[in-house]
Amino acid sequence: MTTLYTSDHEWLSIDGDTATIGITDYAQAQLGDVVFVELPQVGRSLKKAEAAAVVESVKAASDVYAPITGEVVEVNQAIVDEPALVNTDASGKAWFFKLKVADKGELGGLMDEAAYKAHTA
Amino acid sequence: MAEPAAASSLSLKRTPLHALHVSLGGKIVPFAGYEMPVQYAPGVLKEHLHTRAAAGLFDVSHMGQVALVPKSGKVTDAAAALERLVPQDIIGIAPGRQRYAQFTNADGGILDDLMVANFGEHLVLVVNAACKDADIELLRNGLSDVCEVQPLADRALLALQGPRAAAVLAKFCADADSMRFMDAGPRMIDGLACYVSRSGYTGEDGYEISVPADKAEQLAEALLSDKDVLPIGLGARDSLRLEAGLCLYGHDIDTTTTPVEAALEWSVQKLRRSGGARAAGFPGADRILAQFDSGAARRRVGLKPEGRAPVREGAVLFATADATDPIGKVTSGGFGPTLNAPVAMGYVPTALAALDTRLFADVRGQRLPLRVAAMPFVPNTYKR
Repeated sequence: MTTLYTSDHEWLSIDGDTATIGITDYAQAQLGDVVFVELPQVGRSLKKAEAAAVVESVKAASDVYAPITGEVVEVNQAIVDEPALVNTDASGKAWFFKLKVADKGELGGLMDEAAYKAHTA
Repeated sequence: MAEPAAASSLSLKRTPLHALHVSLGGKIVPFAGYEMPVQYAPGVLKEHLHTRAAAGLFDVSHMGQVALVPKSGKVTDAAAALERLVPQDIIGIAPGRQRYAQFTNADGGILDDLMVANFGEHLVLVVNAACKDADIELLRNGLSDVCEVQPLADRALLALQGPRAAAVLAKFCADADSMRFMDAGPRMIDGLACYVSRSGYTGEDGYEISVPADKAEQLAEALLSDKDVLPIGLGARDSLRLEAGLCLYGHDIDTTTTPVEAALEWSVQKLRRSGGARAAGFPGADRILAQFDSGAARRRVGLKPEGRAPVREGAVLFATADATDPIGKVTSGGFGPTLNAPVAMGYVPTALAALDTRLFADVRGQRLPLRVAAMPFVPNTYKR
């Protein structure tokens, strides 16, 4: 399974034609304590770079963008019920939503782990 | 995920505690023209809860401290002069006591809110950072026939807040715990010549301590040496004051809101209202006293969202889920860590200001229900 990153601090991991999307550990650290998460509806079609979810800390709300175009096939109710999971396990249990990938060609524009590390260094 | 825009640090001022904030790991952001710590390593949530459970130390040195020294030597002359600028009973502040006040403009709007303490021979004011230059000009233009207006620029200001504050300060100041809420005056703390008031802006029992700037770090380190005390950033200061239902200048009150609209009637003593011994005589008195007598069209209220989503400043309020005409706006809102729930305040038409009235806020295109709620959201623990 490959994990790729956006410059806006989303990660996505590809399994066949399904992409699982979350925010990076770097992003959760910048946000601070997450107290609320709003996820997209299953079945919604998202365009690349469209605002897809909202993550709120005590102080501020931030959008989470779709890293690629696709249809939402699953969302993670666990982070709605327990937003603090985003702080404790951003790159694991605290995934946000899964997309059915529309165009694998879009993946080419994303960063690999080394490039993302350099981006946030 | 969008990152907040980084603001330029050019021309920002620093408080005498800047180096200490950095060494303590504070995350520094621009605020009211200063570089200030928004949070430390534990984060806003834990800092907030620690202040409610033990004690938090806040640097509020960006705020303005000003002495009003009467040229006659009689403090009542300074107090009477200040009553030209504020709707409060200032002459009635006893020596050693402090009172909350507002500078008003000719329309009855609020230019700033402030604390006024009577130190026996002069008054000491604490004003907001963003307003302090304008306040000093207002004071000089309005009162210099009677008072010397002396900015206390060489002093820092610390706030020690929370249920352990009194026990902690008692270790450094023999009579700290004998002070009652809103007592104020000079005190020696850890051998330093300080001005202390038993007050703050978190809803908790606590103190504000004015200390010579060059001794601020010494005092902060002494207080932080107590295991009950953690440094707390502006993030938690904001969530604490929101839970306490306290106004933030420039957000919940400004030049377009009057003390009556802002639900600050309690701060205007009867003596300055219609029929009182020193009624009127302050800017905007006609409008403000008319609102006391006949009511204002709108009112600041507490708002409790029914769901989990925070409803933040700027959210537009509606009377129903499908109404097209807005009725008001949220002026402060966020997540209340003590309540583990979102809280907000805003202005609504007085007819819709009754407790428990159900309203709707537009949040990202959705109408979220909320209810008018009593403030403070978290009961205060002042030692009266």
